[in-house]
Amino acid sequence: MSRKDYVLFDKKTKAFVYGYQTNAIQRMLDFDYICNRESPSISAIINPSRAGIHKAFWGTKEIILPMYKTIALAAAAYPEADVMVNFASHRSAFETTMEALQEGSIRTVAVIAEGVPERQSRIMSATARKLGKTVIGPATVGGMAAGAFRIGNTAGTIENIIASKLYRPGCVGFVSKSGGMLNEAFNIISRNSDGIYEGVAIGGDRYPGSNLLDHILRYEANPAIKMIACLGELGGEDEYKIIQALKEGRITKPLVAWVTGTCSPVLPASVQFGHAGAKADTQKETAQAKNDAFREAGAYVPTSFDGYGDTVRLVYEMLLEKGLVKKFAEPQVPRIPADYGKSLASGDIRRPTTFICTVSDDRGEELLYAGKKLSSVLDQKMGIGGVIGLLWFKKELPDYASQFIELVLQIVADHGSAVSGAHNSIVASCAGKDLISSLCSGLLTIGPRFGGAIDDAAREFKRAKETGMTPEQFVGDMKKRGINIPGIGHKIKSVKNPDKRVQLLIAYARSNFPSTGLLNYALQVEKLTTAKKGNLILNVDGCIGILFLDLMSSCGAFSKAEIDEVVRLGYLNGLFALGRSIGLIGHILDQKRLGARLYRHPAEDIAYMMPSEEDIQCKR
Amino acid sequence: MAQRGIREYDAKRLLAKYLPEYLNDFSYRGDLALVGPETDLEGLANTNPWLRTERLVVKPDQLFGKRGKYGLVLLDANWDGVKKYLNENMGAEVVVGGIAGKLTHFLIEPFIPHDEELYVAISSDYDGDNIFISPQGGISVEENWDRVIRVHVDALEGIDNMDLRAQLERSLAGKAASVEKFVLALYQFYAELGFAYLEINPFAFHGSSIVPLDMVAKLDDAEEYWQRKRWDSLAFPEPFGRSLSREEQFIKDLDSKTGASLKLTILNPEGRVWTMVAGGGASVIYADTICDLGYAREMANYGEYSGDPNTEETYYYTKTILDLMTRHISPEGKVLLIGGAIANFTDVAKTFKGVVMALEEEKEKLQAAGVKIYVRRGGPNFEQGLKLMREEGLKLGVPIEVYGPETHMTRIVPLALEGAMQ
Repeated sequence: MSRKDYVLFDKKTKAFVYGYQTNAIQRMLDFDYICNRESPSISAIINPSRAGIHKAFWGTKEIILPMYKTIALAAAAYPEADVMVNFASHRSAFETTMEALQEGSIRTVAVIAEGVPERQSRIMSATARKLGKTVIGPATVGGMAAGAFRIGNTAGTIENIIASKLYRPGCVGFVSKSGGMLNEAFNIISRNSDGIYEGVAIGGDRYPGSNLLDHILRYEANPAIKMIACLGELGGEDEYKIIQALKEGRITKPLVAWVTGTCSPVLPASVQFGHAGAKADTQKETAQAKNDAFREAGAYVPTSFDGYGDTVRLVYEMLLEKGLVKKFAEPQVPRIPADYGKSLASGDIRRPTTFICTVSDDRGEELLYAGKKLSSVLDQKMGIGGVIGLLWFKKELPDYASQFIELVLQIVADHGSAVSGAHNSIVASCAGKDLISSLCSGLLTIGPRFGGAIDDAAREFKRAKETGMTPEQFVGDMKKRGINIPGIGHKIKSVKNPDKRVQLLIAYARSNFPSTGLLNYALQVEKLTTAKKGNLILNVDGCIGILFLDLMSSCGAFSKAEIDEVVRLGYLNGLFALGRSIGLIGHILDQKRLGARLYRHPAEDIAYMMPSEEDIQCKR
Repeated sequence: MAQRGIREYDAKRLLAKYLPEYLNDFSYRGDLALVGPETDLEGLANTNPWLRTERLVVKPDQLFGKRGKYGLVLLDANWDGVKKYLNENMGAEVVVGGIAGKLTHFLIEPFIPHDEELYVAISSDYDGDNIFISPQGGISVEENWDRVIRVHVDALEGIDNMDLRAQLERSLAGKAASVEKFVLALYQFYAELGFAYLEINPFAFHGSSIVPLDMVAKLDDAEEYWQRKRWDSLAFPEPFGRSLSREEQFIKDLDSKTGASLKLTILNPEGRVWTMVAGGGASVIYADTICDLGYAREMANYGEYSGDPNTEETYYYTKTILDLMTRHISPEGKVLLIGGAIANFTDVAKTFKGVVMALEEEKEKLQAAGVKIYVRRGGPNFEQGLKLMREEGLKLGVPIEVYGPETHMTRIVPLALEGAMQ
């Protein structure tokens, strides 16, 4: 694609954005969209830390922008992109810009970073000149060609772009040092003429990559630009290059110029203005001297910045009168949809949520557990039992209740390596699986036959007692239905060899709970079942489930409906899963620490009973 | 983010330490002692034993020149003489180039007797660097500017293929070879250590070795990231006659901790016109306009905030200004201009939130001082930001006039000065 030398950006310009600046990228695309560009101005993003894609909006649609790790890869993939908007920090702005300048296809680099060393800036500038390329910046927001292309954040919000009519070209070429004043100048110029054709801020540093005159000469050469406006600054002699060009007749279009910093003579010499280059070292570098020289060389110079707009208007009307510019019809501007996040934040829109969370909230300054600050949870020494109270039940439980939960967790924490959960975990760990996989393998055995009887026991005993069955009727009823009573029976323990864990739980409950009605009922049931068989004792699962119901109904924190819900939803098995995870993790890590090898079950422990050949024949 | 002067002490220290990397027979030892208001002189002499044994030179080291002309240089003294000089001059008020200030820092070096004084300076411009060499240095260099040899070093070409010998031989004869070697090395030192300006006037030959007698240098402080190790903990002193007030120092510290830019210079603490302007470019224009309207003497401060500072930063920045402007009560009242151009990406609502927080806190003081506030701003979320300000005006009990992008940027300056000031 061949562009005239004086054209840096047009409606077909394609660019790379160096640095993952998602806001600036979206702003560039939104600008493209309201300018009715055929396609987005960004070919690709260069992000040294990640290759891949970036999703962005093109109007209401989403589009994908490719992302490359290096300039070379991006340039090879998109030779038509001739601009790089360089958001690299001041530490890497130099090397990335130099790299981009070495790419044959990249003609223009805009350097946004502030604080680039002067030596580096001069080398970038000289290199660009030698190669016939352009560097805009450093320390600038960039620039834009109205209705065609914008660099990064230039011209700010869409509302501002529309207010200053930047979605279509006018006849004024503008250049300033200050990036912050660019937008203001667009505003002033659009109010006093048919608007901006192109505007560039070269940056406030002492040695900008391209200078005011470079851009003014481009504007002079561009037949679409009818008048030139420039905003200079005290310090440096850049403006004298323009004045020289005016005198030599190299600038023939009307030039509106103003140099800021006229206040400096009345300020102490040591004041450093906001821009690094803004300091007059000689009389010639003062704003007054420059403004006078501009005036003398034939530029249109207002008497103060206040009059800048009036002077622009004066020149524009003169051009209108001479017929050098003509009024034109305004194009239709497509609407940019409001940004969801922004509209939501400003309260303009609402949207139903998909999830509700009542457990914890990490959005604020401090993490909340059921609305309670983590720091108060710790200050009150609520412990694991208290945290479970908050996160599972959303209640601050009385201390004896929290301690009961902790007692349960301690009691169920482990039961040797031979039980299903631990065994599975150990086998998985020996097979070289990671901690989480091995833990899951163990947890998956928890169910109706292993550790999962707590809820069932609670449910059955609660039903029996609430429906007014005597223990005898309950045992009879279960027998009739052919169901083993959940929570009753143990493989090894019996009346003669009681389960110590059950004894501990009962002792705690008797001395701490206001009442233990269901436990008393269950012990009556146990009397009946152990009379039949010694090992049909109240087991640990049953005991936990039943005591939890006693706890909930006597501590005053739970309504009847809440208790029903706890039982219905299976809260209590959670206690077993949580407590036993402690033991499972211990077993898994134990195997790893011991360097255990793959487990293979001994063949002699398996009865191999193959079906006969006959058995497997299909018998029709 | 600019060129900053450094003390002669630091300039010579860098030269003694790093020039030998480029010039292996450079034998300048860098015997240098810096005296500040708190320096323990005997302790200094213990760590620098040459102070007690050699003939010495002592002079102020505070970024101003022509010290000889002002009679501030003591030559060829012994340690007792130097102590006497310091005793007389430390803390003394002097006027240099029309600027009054206190003498606080002095450089002591061995006194080098010499006949010939030579001159070398390196400066930078857009296209590269310029080296100036003269066989006639010292105070007479300017009178003999026609004898100065000027060499331009292109930004891309560097000095490697440069031949200075022929030029130097004409005026330096026998010393041309060693001066050439010295200058070439000095240039590399200049380019690689982040200098923006360097002048040694004069330097002299002591025997066969070169000794810098008087040195002035500026560094490009943007080089800090690359030069951290070599610059070590080098400080950039304030220009002579300017010491930072507590508030200026506070804003400077705030500025150094953020990616945004926060600047504050107090011009006249009793002035009635205070500004809080966003943007390096706009802030200058506001100051221009105040001066244009004839209120230069009432302009209390220059400053700017930009680069999307957060709410907390604008809060502290505003609070500092409000505190300063309400210290002196003026019967005619005061104005605060909260101005700025149409921002590109600075969030106006966010920055104004911090401003409003500070206004509320300083409410009583603002009322007591009769402050009137004028706001003009545009940019991202400006409607919200301006609304915030208008609402604040209603409940603050301090008049606030608020304008947006439809009003010319500096229009609030005449409104404020002609309205409220009369």
